[in-house]
Amino acid sequence: MNRFTVSEMRGRDTEDKKVYVIPCSGIGKPTASVGRDAAYRVIEEKRPKIADTICLALLTLGDKEALEKVRTADVITIDGCAKDCAKKNVEAAGRPPVSSHRVPGYLKDNKDCKPESVLDIGEGGEKLVEIIADDVAREIDRFSGGAGAGCDCKGGCC
Amino acid sequence: MELQAKPAKVGVLSCSGESEPEGTITRNAVRLVMEKYYPGVAVSLCLPLYLAGDGGEREFSKKYPVITVDGCEKACAKLSTEKYSGEVEYSIDIRRLLAEWGIKNKLSRSRPGELEWEITERVAGEIVSIIDKLVSEGKIEVQDTPGQ
Repeated sequence: MNRFTVSEMRGRDTEDKKVYVIPCSGIGKPTASVGRDAAYRVIEEKRPKIADTICLALLTLGDKEALEKVRTADVITIDGCAKDCAKKNVEAAGRPPVSSHRVPGYLKDNKDCKPESVLDIGEGGEKLVEIIADDVAREIDRFSGGAGAGCDCKGGCC
Repeated sequence: MELQAKPAKVGVLSCSGESEPEGTITRNAVRLVMEKYYPGVAVSLCLPLYLAGDGGEREFSKKYPVITVDGCEKACAKLSTEKYSGEVEYSIDIRRLLAEWGIKNKLSRSRPGELEWEITERVAGEIVSIIDKLVSEGKIEVQDTPGQ
């Protein structure tokens, strides 16, 4: 996992900026569906005030607006396999993600949370989504000094 | 596209755009075609592999005729394929289809419901029609299509 320290993050003047949670665009493995759903759970339910996402394909294509977002904000990637497409495409955009995750790593630690299929991750997959989303949300809180959670603990986080 | 022999497969590439509901529709429609309508014939590739992969992915459109399915007018799937891999046989733009079908409802990217799945099935039908056409034109050779 690739991590910056909280002090490094603060040094990058990120308090008022978005954190982009970018999953891979994987279409062949259920773990990619889990990563995608985990990203949505963070940006729509857990940390909607601060977290957002960008279409990874836009980065692949070199879209100017997407490149600017990635270069000026903090990015957390979630990849569905060891090819690390999300992480590598963000790196290729010119700035490494502040943190990167692989769904298979979470699956290894949570063997009862196996996703069923690409189109329907099932109950196990949903559990894995929640575990990953909680981890990412906590990271956002640390990186943002609590701004994402709307608390005053300055990144503790509570 | 220069093909040595008739391919037995067709590449169907979705933008999978994570930030837009239409991106979710492209991804799910392509999966439906791969799993239900043309299993073993329709193959796909994670689009960002063009950059992250080992390079073999860039041969994709040289091996197979490619249909791209894009969620919006930015046409990432089509343009990325053209930029990194080669020619595209057909391209689908979901927003254009939605306009043609008169669908103006707000759609969900994260929790596809009845409407989103209905649209996904219709888009899958569009992809299947294009594959049928490629078969009838002799651009791909399909021995049997169990999902048909």
